[in-house]
Amino acid sequence: MSDVLILGEVKEGSLDIRTLELLGIGKKLAGDLGVGLSVMVMGETVSGVAEQAASYGPARVYKLEHPLLHGFKPDLWLASLEQACRKINPQIFLMSHGFIGMEVGPRLSYRLNTRLTTDCIDLSINPEDGLLLRTKPVSGGNAISVFKYPGEPQLATVRGKVFAPADAGDGRGEIVAMVPDIDESMIRVKSLEIVEEEVVALDKADVVVAGGAGLGEADGFEILRSLSETLGKSFGRAMIGCSRVAVDKGWISSDHQVGLTGSLISPDIYVAVGISGAIQHLVGMVHSKKIIAINTDPSCNMFKVADYGVVEAYEKLVPTLIEKLEEPS
Amino acid sequence: MKELRIIVCAKEIPDPEAPLSDVSVNPETMEVIVDAPQVISPFDENALEAALRIKEDRDAKITVLSLGKKVSDTVLRKTLAAGADELILLQDTAFERLDSYSTAAVLAEAIRKRGEYDLVLTGRQAGDWDSAQVGLILGEMLGLPCINLAREITIEDGKLLVKKNTPGGYERVTAEMPVLVTVSNEVGELRYISRTKILMMLRTGGSIPSWNTEALGVTHEALKKMGIVELSSPPDMGRDCQFLEGATPAEKAEKLAAVFKALR
Repeated sequence: MSDVLILGEVKEGSLDIRTLELLGIGKKLAGDLGVGLSVMVMGETVSGVAEQAASYGPARVYKLEHPLLHGFKPDLWLASLEQACRKINPQIFLMSHGFIGMEVGPRLSYRLNTRLTTDCIDLSINPEDGLLLRTKPVSGGNAISVFKYPGEPQLATVRGKVFAPADAGDGRGEIVAMVPDIDESMIRVKSLEIVEEEVVALDKADVVVAGGAGLGEADGFEILRSLSETLGKSFGRAMIGCSRVAVDKGWISSDHQVGLTGSLISPDIYVAVGISGAIQHLVGMVHSKKIIAINTDPSCNMFKVADYGVVEAYEKLVPTLIEKLEEPS
Repeated sequence: MKELRIIVCAKEIPDPEAPLSDVSVNPETMEVIVDAPQVISPFDENALEAALRIKEDRDAKITVLSLGKKVSDTVLRKTLAAGADELILLQDTAFERLDSYSTAAVLAEAIRKRGEYDLVLTGRQAGDWDSAQVGLILGEMLGLPCINLAREITIEDGKLLVKKNTPGGYERVTAEMPVLVTVSNEVGELRYISRTKILMMLRTGGSIPSWNTEALGVTHEALKKMGIVELSSPPDMGRDCQFLEGATPAEKAEKLAAVFKALR
């Protein structure tokens, strides 16, 4: 059966928004090829989300259930997906470029002997040969490349928040139950403990005050926290962001990281303090509505994407700025 | 305690942190041209740092493999200065622009040729093509357990323990060695190496072994190129920055405060 297949993911008991986005682009590609769209959902019990997926009107929903599919165990997910793909034989298989897709994608590509393109921001069908044209930012975002490979399934992981989520569809897809042939012995990486940490949800911030190497030391973030609190009084939710370098230096935890391998965000105001603006950072914040940069180097990248810039040492500027903002007007 | 053998795969790339003005795209040749010095891909440096930390606590030998059409031993000798024991360059004109699968295939051959190993480390992705595939494909090819996105790697009582990133925190996992682990930047930046040490390494260091397709027994037919059909510049991200001038920091702070107040 020659289908466009997407991998559904579950978040808090229903289909993840990223899956709805895959449904959107998947439906378009299936239409262009004149084939059906199918959704695969997997887990311990996924009847509810299978019904939900079916309501978007795909041709089929493959429901892979097994007691061992409780939680994301890469070795078992991979084995199940490999088996399912061999049975279904999809023409195109799309996953979200998230925690699961980033691990499963490359490994699955090896097992199915096909080529994967990761983190795609556009997908279309090449009219000449029907192959998938996979557009992806490369070089940290310095260039945009289109890739094309032969082989099936045509495999890609897709960046979030790029495609519009699918509208609820007409009709109802057929639900096909499948049981993967997996057992405990396939688990080669054993989970000892899952540790939940308090993580910041930068995508929910109205204002982000971010620091980088230019802070010089971990304590620099204390000054930024004060500024963030002050701005929070006027602009809504204010949070602390950072560049990759600040994480590498151990100054702050990586949930604050903005950029290609951190959060991709577009708050109302982004204040970049001591961040020179490596391209992989800029792609994560350049769509912010207003960008304010504070840096000692007037020639740095960050000023090129900023609306307002101040060339000054932050430790001399920011405390006075806070005072001025706190003055009753 | 048996000596632990660690392989670190490190790629030489044009500096991904280069100023925007030093980067251009040639759509004809489908190349990104970066007018900046070559560096080791940042996540690969994190991988080396992870290996060096393991070596602090126990007997270990670190081998760095670097693959490319032409690899500069001056760039890669930094790994030796940082504490790696051995550097092997995998160079051949046939290694230009390989796809992830073929890159992993060459690395796998080199690792097999090198001999016994316990741990293979790669960066989570390379700073030039950002594919994030070679490490995991290499693990599959070598038939190893794979652990993605490590933030900490330790060995306790001969067992490999890894903290891997998850969306809500981290997961502690373990696997029987040999294992492949891809390393994320939470591990920490590569330790500081003094310039004198690097210069000394350049002057006194012996010759660095270099293996080509012949040495590795890889046929040119087995090597596939990346399937790039188009390369273009990204949309212009530039804005017209208004610089807030002032004689003192306080004057600049006042102007910036006024900007914020106007945005309210």
